[in-house]
Amino acid sequence: MAVAEEAGHARRSSPRADRKPFRLFHNLMPKIALIPMIATALVVFLGGTLWTVVYSFTSSGLLPRRNWVGLDQYERLWSSAKWIVSIQNLALYGIFSLVFTLVIGFTLAALLDRKIRFEDTFRTIFLYPFALSFIVTGLVWQWILNPDFGVQGVVRSMGWESFTFNPLNDPDIVMFGLLIAGLWQGTGLIMCIMLAGLRGIDEDIWKASRVDGIPTWKTYVRIIIPMMRPVFVTAVVLIASGIIKLYDLVVAQTSGGPGISSEVPAKYVMQTMFGGQNLGQGFAASTMMLLSVVIILVPWAYLEFGRRKRG
Amino acid sequence: MKLTTQLLAATAIIGAAGTAQAVEMEVMHWWTSGGEAAAVGKFAEALNERTEHTWIDGAIAGGGDTARPVMVSRIIGGDPPAAFQFNHGRQAEELIEAGLMLDLTDVAEAEGWKDIVNPSSLLDACTYEGRIYCAPVNIHSWQWMWLSNDAYEQAGVEVPTNWSEFMETAPALREAGIVPLAMGGQSWQQSGAFGVMAIALAGEEAWLAVNRDKDADVVMGPEYTRVFEAFGAARELAEGLDVQDWNQATNAVIEDTAGAQIMGDWAQGEFAVAGEVAGEDYSCLAGLGETGVLSTGGDAFYFPVTGDPEVEAAQKELAALLLSPEVQVAFNSAKGSLPIRGDVDLTSVNECTEVGLQLLADGKTLPDGNMLLSPDTTTQTNDLMTEFWNTPSMTPAEVQERYAEIIRNAD
Repeated sequence: MAVAEEAGHARRSSPRADRKPFRLFHNLMPKIALIPMIATALVVFLGGTLWTVVYSFTSSGLLPRRNWVGLDQYERLWSSAKWIVSIQNLALYGIFSLVFTLVIGFTLAALLDRKIRFEDTFRTIFLYPFALSFIVTGLVWQWILNPDFGVQGVVRSMGWESFTFNPLNDPDIVMFGLLIAGLWQGTGLIMCIMLAGLRGIDEDIWKASRVDGIPTWKTYVRIIIPMMRPVFVTAVVLIASGIIKLYDLVVAQTSGGPGISSEVPAKYVMQTMFGGQNLGQGFAASTMMLLSVVIILVPWAYLEFGRRKRG
Repeated sequence: MKLTTQLLAATAIIGAAGTAQAVEMEVMHWWTSGGEAAAVGKFAEALNERTEHTWIDGAIAGGGDTARPVMVSRIIGGDPPAAFQFNHGRQAEELIEAGLMLDLTDVAEAEGWKDIVNPSSLLDACTYEGRIYCAPVNIHSWQWMWLSNDAYEQAGVEVPTNWSEFMETAPALREAGIVPLAMGGQSWQQSGAFGVMAIALAGEEAWLAVNRDKDADVVMGPEYTRVFEAFGAARELAEGLDVQDWNQATNAVIEDTAGAQIMGDWAQGEFAVAGEVAGEDYSCLAGLGETGVLSTGGDAFYFPVTGDPEVEAAQKELAALLLSPEVQVAFNSAKGSLPIRGDVDLTSVNECTEVGLQLLADGKTLPDGNMLLSPDTTTQTNDLMTEFWNTPSMTPAEVQERYAEIIRNAD
């Protein structure tokens, strides 16, 4: 309704529009140029997603087949101990990763922004781990956390014999072993984004707050951080996508062990599809992953981006 | 334009000439470790020397779980290799059902595979609705326990000859600071050890009832209860050694920091590389010394349908070659596995391999778990066993209950 009115208004106000009968042909060349991208989006992203959802209701094994089994795959999924553990692990990793990455990333950026010496050097050091893939990160930390050769071994060899730090072999804390590696790899990028945001803050704001005698920490919390809202949104989107696709770090560092205590949903999908030759089960699991992303992201994106349009 | 046409014509002629003479056969497999690569080299050598075809090596590193999806996607995607390796069993079942695999029945009949393949269950694993679809090449068996003679000497006890003696001597090893049982952290190792204990302690009949007939009541019966209790006890014996890979666990036995390991015959390669001698430095127990029987897993080659009669002829030639006596001896000697035909002699065999060959000759064999259970069920069992192994609060009764559930729903 609103669209129709708007279109009618546009036609009346600009007589030139009458010479071009179809809006579709307006700016024709860019639209033609976009066709491959639109086709890719529709076929690969949307089509692939729909195909996956449809086949999650079948008993497909190694090859996709249309033997409908209703919700059987979902029933089995939610009665599987491994899937439940995967979900819990992802939630645990997600919450801690989100909070710590933001806090550490912002703190490092704020410290670098205090016009310290050797800023470039520190920035390079903090960002460097991001240049490594998760596979390499996982292998490096597997060795660092190895009880015989890593941190525990070094501390014990210095004389503290009872020192125990062996997260990768303890089912209760293995997720924190992964978290350390994930934070080490990921905070550098977030720090850089935050630093860019801080550099975008006008010098005058700092001067004004100093004139008013507001303490530095209060300036950060009450003025700077609210001003950096778009930067935080970008950071949260980046961190969240990293959490959902958490897979290679686990494969490289723990292979889901000890036992099933560090399994994650993406690994469950890969393993049932290709190890267990059960596509239907894998599709059901990936559909659940998609659903959880949709449930969390859509209302948030609506609030975040929708409000600006209305305002 | 003229030049382009000429070039195209030339290319076409060269291409045609190439296929008319010989076929380049791409063979995909996951044999990448030292001994394995040497063994697969014997196949390549035989094909290159004894036929006019050429072997193009398509090795994929990272083991079967990595390689199989690559192979399957190549086949489904319409760009199949000439031949590829799978384990004996049900891994290729759906590919055969979909008509993607070449029927080798005429080769098998011409070469008399029915008479030479021993045990015959290997050929059964290749058979689907009466037709033969794969060429078995070797036998690997899980049914072994490897013991360090030195470790038992240090503890001042005799090397055990069966499972109950092993359990009795375990405290002595603990006192000497030796971990009685070495176990790696990967799920297939724990699940495999459970399978070995099930055959050894519950007996062949109960094991077949569970794995072949999918009888969940037997899982809850007294024979299997004994297995689960022993598995729970084994969990305690393995505490104190944090290793991941199977060869790290084998290495602990070689270095005498662990007493024993339950692992397939491929572990013997590690002892050989370390210069240890069977009988002197280490001992082996087939079927844990309780039930002397071998499960017959291993590898087989499958040949995708290509629709090209020349390639098809070459594929059948290769299939026949893989089972020929000379190739069997050369390959299995290098790989450390047992040959699939009973009428050939391996060049050098040690004490442990001899025990294995004797069991084969006596027909004391069982099908491998992979032949009876679908990959889906195997994955579920692996997950359950590794969960139990790493969750000290989980009781044997609990895992028994959940194992029965998996068997009940198995296809």
